[in-house]
Amino acid sequence: MKDSPNDLYRKLLEGDRRAAARLITMVENADPQARQALEMLHRHSGGGHIVGMTGSPGSGKSTLTCRLARHYRDEDRTVGIICVDPSSPFTGGALLGDRVRMQELSGDPGVFIRSMGSRGALGGLSVATNDVINILDAFGKDVIIVETVGAGQVEIEVVKYAHTCIVVTMPGGGDEIQAIKAGILEIGDIFVVNKSDRDGAPRAVADLEMMLETKPGIDEEAWKPPVISTVALSGEGVGELADAIAAHRAFLVQSGLMEEKTVQRMKAELLEILKVRVSRAAENALDEDEVGAGLIGRMSAREIDPHSAADEIVEYLFGAPDSNPGGHQAAQVWKADNSQGRDNE
Amino acid sequence: MSSINIICLSLWTDRTKTGEKRGGMEKRIRVFLAKPGLDGHDRGVLIVGQALRDAGMEVIYSGLKQTPENLVEATLQEDVDVLGLSILSGAHMALIPRIMELLRESDAQDVTVIAGGVIPREDAEVLVAEHGVSRVFGPGTDTREIVAFIREREEQR
Repeated sequence: MKDSPNDLYRKLLEGDRRAAARLITMVENADPQARQALEMLHRHSGGGHIVGMTGSPGSGKSTLTCRLARHYRDEDRTVGIICVDPSSPFTGGALLGDRVRMQELSGDPGVFIRSMGSRGALGGLSVATNDVINILDAFGKDVIIVETVGAGQVEIEVVKYAHTCIVVTMPGGGDEIQAIKAGILEIGDIFVVNKSDRDGAPRAVADLEMMLETKPGIDEEAWKPPVISTVALSGEGVGELADAIAAHRAFLVQSGLMEEKTVQRMKAELLEILKVRVSRAAENALDEDEVGAGLIGRMSAREIDPHSAADEIVEYLFGAPDSNPGGHQAAQVWKADNSQGRDNE
Repeated sequence: MSSINIICLSLWTDRTKTGEKRGGMEKRIRVFLAKPGLDGHDRGVLIVGQALRDAGMEVIYSGLKQTPENLVEATLQEDVDVLGLSILSGAHMALIPRIMELLRESDAQDVTVIAGGVIPREDAEVLVAEHGVSRVFGPGTDTREIVAFIREREEQR
């Protein structure tokens, strides 16, 4: 039954959703076969607008995503949706329930929805998310919405991958501010107060607007994040939200920031891939008897400290400082990190 | 010190979650649990969902009142290994054959289909023998039996 990478590539470009679905699975499973297809697909990606949807748990991200997708479909634009939910760090299992809120989309061939477990990734996004974004982009989706784990304060990873980042919150006795104050205020290009038919909605909007106005470092030319009230269940405010996304995109293009964002995104993508590779290589080195086990034994016997042991591993992986420039640099970086750490203590 | 702790933690979780790791690949069993038709009871299917999740599988839940067409479309998009159908409305002999037919039409016979809910034994036999359902789990089934069945099937692939 299994298609070759070449077949998958060809079928995917022809619009075969099964090929897209299969390739996503291969990427999620870190199947080496996926590499070849991804290589070929890369030049077909870059056309879609990537929207990140993040915010506190229960704020209505899935329902809002569904409404927004519906809105785009009415304009005859195709939509890809990636929903990331947490995987258990203990069993690796996950219960992915975002589809429940997106039932009205499931019969529409212009919408492709994929649920993903975070599979141990920090920052609210699965390691494979970026590849999946690229697949849906190459698959020809006009808008790709990435909905991240509703963890609240740590899920700022999405900003690296999205063109427009939406932060969703809801009225609720001060909680809305608690949920978004740390770090997440800086990442939003658009803020949404959902469930705004509830008590306290105008207050939540006013509080948010005030916090955004007093944000340091805003100049005349910078994008001013709007705060939009929505009721996702009834669809109220969704048109305004879509307008704000379009306005943000226009701003990015006109100001030249779009190119900068693309560069940032490519850099983040590359770094992410390198991290996985280097960490895997390090893990393998630790498993090898003569390298890892020996060093760990010496550490247990208090003959060598962990930082010096790490130096030896770095040398093992990248070569001795003098033998190649990369090795030298890696060792230097580690040493610089260590000395900084000591200064802070 | 804290960064070392984080590295240790992530190494540890990596080891635990990749129980099925083979040659660098990290295959995880994906299951779509769906409620076709008009019944509104999902306590049972959610308990099964939790058991499968705790067994390390990725479980996608459809929500109530799905049409066979929507459900098969979601099965394809999510590229699941297993489709689990929960029906308590008595309409299983209309819904399940239709779903199996749609799967065949979409060239997706490789998806393992299991069913549960209130399905009389004689109907279950027909569904397995004539329509290609792999197994029907009746009321009172131990969730471990379902986990074991799925694992065994996926290992045979």
